[in-house]
Amino acid sequence: MTVDTALLPSYPQDRKCPYQPSPGYQELGGEGPLHRVRLFDGKWLWLVTGHSQGRRLLADPRMSADRSRADFPVVLPRFEAPIFKPLALIGFDPPTHSVHRRLLAPDFSLKHVRALRADVTALAHRLIDRITAKGAPADLLNDYALPIPSMVVSELLGVPYDDHEFFEARTVDLLQAKSPEGAEAAGQALWDYLDRLITAKERDAADDGVISRLASRVDGVDLTRDDLLRIALALLIGGHDTTSQMIAMGVVTLLEHPDQLDLLLADADLVPAAVDELLRVVSVTDVSGVRVALEDIEIDGYTVRKGEGVLVSSSMTNRDPEVYPDPYRVDVRRTAGSASRQHMTFGFGIHQCLGQNLARMELEVAFTVLFERLPTLRLAVPRADLAFRKGGTMQGVHTLPVAW
Amino acid sequence: MKVTADRTRCMAAGHCAVTAPDVFDQADDGLVTVTDPTPPDPARADVLLAERLCPSRAVTVHDA
Repeated sequence: MTVDTALLPSYPQDRKCPYQPSPGYQELGGEGPLHRVRLFDGKWLWLVTGHSQGRRLLADPRMSADRSRADFPVVLPRFEAPIFKPLALIGFDPPTHSVHRRLLAPDFSLKHVRALRADVTALAHRLIDRITAKGAPADLLNDYALPIPSMVVSELLGVPYDDHEFFEARTVDLLQAKSPEGAEAAGQALWDYLDRLITAKERDAADDGVISRLASRVDGVDLTRDDLLRIALALLIGGHDTTSQMIAMGVVTLLEHPDQLDLLLADADLVPAAVDELLRVVSVTDVSGVRVALEDIEIDGYTVRKGEGVLVSSSMTNRDPEVYPDPYRVDVRRTAGSASRQHMTFGFGIHQCLGQNLARMELEVAFTVLFERLPTLRLAVPRADLAFRKGGTMQGVHTLPVAW
Repeated sequence: MKVTADRTRCMAAGHCAVTAPDVFDQADDGLVTVTDPTPPDPARADVLLAERLCPSRAVTVHDA
């Protein structure tokens, strides 16, 4: 069918408050679960704000995540870049996707994550030691929130942390690029870097993390060398930017809700559910998944036709009042135990975030150690002066000046 | 109540092993294993939550 896109609301929209969806999305959420929205290129797709509908669509095998398809929706100009077309772990369908996930499952298991906890705790303490030795103010993003996941992912993958300034900066360039050319240049720089790294590991028969382990599994059939490069790229990018910004944005949210911070600090048992509440509220990527329909799909009175695009909003599915009463409120005691895990921040279906349990552990440690060591932590600038990322998808702050 | 898990569908999200650790675990390959296929009634709420949280629909509760 032909849709007159001129009258549709636009996607994406910038937030007004760093941890609440734009007023435009909030309005849509009040009108129903599925909405047609206009993209930058004049095309449209379905924006899903209903929790149940988002879950069902993302778990539906008739929805494809294959970014190399001609009908796959391009949400922002940067996603026109060839580097984003075959995106491992996010942009493949089964059977390829399932092969990749199974190769990586042992490295991201609960047992492995639990075994890393003591090291991450020691790392957080070392970073606070450095911050206090230097004295206030500190930039909590670059002095704490970023080094934690960046060092963890370096160690896990076997990427030298000495190169962190390079891969962190190119990742921001890639994920925040305004043009396909900018994204491609940044992506290609990371690709070439990882290509050289893998070549060195192959030469030395290295045994130092996920990349060298997978390099030994390259057989040209189930796993090609390009597959390995795509997986390494996805893990390196996915392993540090979102987690670091979630730490930073979580701290901003907690500082503005001191009663909730007090509850979190008073009860260690509450920390896992509190972290999931912060993940729900902040919705740092604000996209639970983008898909294209392979067939006509009926869902609760709506028809998503074959070839139409769907984008599930994490900030809005996370505020569906049928699942979350008083959904805009930050409430770390909202859900007890692992019922807190039903938010859509990590997505749903077979592409749900591979690193979610690692991220949860890093967040638990990061918040706990930070406020234990610096209980009087506060922003060193007025909140209105904090510069947040624009563009409505990957949320974040450019720097986070704090004192204590 | 009978609990089954389909390892061909499992994506190792781990929600089941966190939610009902007496019923589910992750094997060395990271994928689900059912350690108690006939859990006692008090475990029912946790097991049903594990089924609901599973993103790849690998967990099924029978006779719930």
